[in-house]
Amino acid sequence: MTPEELKGLLLVSSIKIGVVFAVIMIGVIMIIWVERRGSALLQDRLGPNRVGPLGLLQNVADGLKNFTKEEVMPLQADPVIFVMAPMMSFVAAMLLFAVVPFAAPLPPFDVTLPLIGHVVHEGPVAMVIANLPVGFLFILAVSSIAVYGIVLAGWSSNSKYAFLGALRASAQMISYEIPLAMSLVVVLLLAGNVPLGDIIAFQQQTTWFVFAATLSWLLFHVATFAETNRMPFDLAEAEAELVAGFHTEYSSMKFAMFFIAEYTGLITMSALIATLFFGGWDIPFTTWDEQEATNWSFGTLFRVGMTNLFFIGKTFFFAWVYIWVRWTVPRFRFDQVMHLGWKILLPISLGYIVVMASAVLVLERLGMVHDWKYGMALFAVNVPLVALCVFGLDRDRLLLGARLRSQAET
Amino acid sequence: MAITVKVMKRPEHEVSYLRATLKGLALTFSHLLRPSVTMQYPEQTATDDWTLSPRWRGTHRMLTDEQGRSKCVACGLCPQICPANCIKLVPGEDEQGNRYPLIYEIDEFRCVFCGYCQEVCPEEAIHVGVHYENAEYERGRFVYDLERLCAQTHPVSTLWDPSDPKGQ
Repeated sequence: MTPEELKGLLLVSSIKIGVVFAVIMIGVIMIIWVERRGSALLQDRLGPNRVGPLGLLQNVADGLKNFTKEEVMPLQADPVIFVMAPMMSFVAAMLLFAVVPFAAPLPPFDVTLPLIGHVVHEGPVAMVIANLPVGFLFILAVSSIAVYGIVLAGWSSNSKYAFLGALRASAQMISYEIPLAMSLVVVLLLAGNVPLGDIIAFQQQTTWFVFAATLSWLLFHVATFAETNRMPFDLAEAEAELVAGFHTEYSSMKFAMFFIAEYTGLITMSALIATLFFGGWDIPFTTWDEQEATNWSFGTLFRVGMTNLFFIGKTFFFAWVYIWVRWTVPRFRFDQVMHLGWKILLPISLGYIVVMASAVLVLERLGMVHDWKYGMALFAVNVPLVALCVFGLDRDRLLLGARLRSQAET
Repeated sequence: MAITVKVMKRPEHEVSYLRATLKGLALTFSHLLRPSVTMQYPEQTATDDWTLSPRWRGTHRMLTDEQGRSKCVACGLCPQICPANCIKLVPGEDEQGNRYPLIYEIDEFRCVFCGYCQEVCPEEAIHVGVHYENAEYERGRFVYDLERLCAQTHPVSTLWDPSDPKGQ
């Protein structure tokens, strides 16, 4: 790598990091606003509407308030870990976005800039901070670190409610990590590789994985609710039982860090669902957005902008689904959460891997090329599977007690 | 299962988690499209379907006669009946033998807003008012003296009348 290329890489990476960080931070403020106003609308209220137009600046005001509030640390708390825990949550949530591609690639460049000098970038500039070869494995690894933030927060607070919240979080998040990873095995089987860029390319070639791996999407979506600690699985901070769960003892900006981390996780998980199952920045029914970026023209920039808009739109839609579900479904009881995770999602995902692996093998043997027919063939496999699962997820069949009692009756 | 859960036997169409969840989502979404019921309080103090009841018992008001003097004759019935003991009354008498209050103070912090003072008053002088915006900067300001009670302008409460329970 020549010094010019190194400089080009550094320049592009620092710009991408800065822009993505800023956009996520603004996105978090926006999504909290959407959550508050949206929940208000769902409950026939108005929500915060005093600070700024439509209450848009309410969260800025709340953030400022949090900065000026007193930091309270319990006397018996472990000071080092107590301070570290919110940072771990925050950093883990932020890191996740590093591997998510957010637009079509920009063309290569070779320019001389003031102060920096001659910079070169060979090949298209991928619109992703780090095009890691390990792809979504990185996401699985880092999202598991996020649970440490919660567990350490609960443990170091030296408060029984915080501790109970931490215990629940560890049990719940570890059990949902497994269906989360298992549902992605099918994506790996189809796309054949783990980087998210390759997964998007494969979806553009065939169909979105929501068709090719419908059940996988359902499992992943349910598991991310538990992974982001949101209703109906927010047992780590069940207000009714545990005061505020793992962040009971946290105040001021340390609490706000957990809050920001939660909503960053929400945005990232929405972006992941959009990327893995809904084509990422792909614009449906068109191919002009998939062409190789070669020169700096208006068309190229328009393409990058449009794909980015589509990515943001899809991400926002799934973020809205999270909010919508939160204000609809009540919290599960803890044994129900464990039951759903271990006895339902895990066997379904394992069985699904076997079925899909066989389906992929059969299609390969039949010599099908990877086009839209390939995706539709897989969709045909998925439809009966989804129907079977929906039928099997009836409450009567789900709860052991009902089955035993009906057996006793007959 | 560690916890014994009683499971109700319900008809097949009512027992699906998935259908119930989707139904719930549809319900909350329908609420999204309904108008909100919030009243924008400081700007709006009444809406089409909500106003303050005329029987509301708020901070007191002393009515005055044509000369602007309080109607109170310092009979002492209101401090007598007051369950919270919040009325301080020191009676006085002028040259014609008319009784009037030298000191008449109501501690609005102690008051329980029962409205007995208004019910018992033979001269219809002291009233509880249809009013609720009482914020002050000091605690001492919540002891209303005679001058302040006479200066209040808000409407007075129409108390519940047992012989006319619907207020007609």
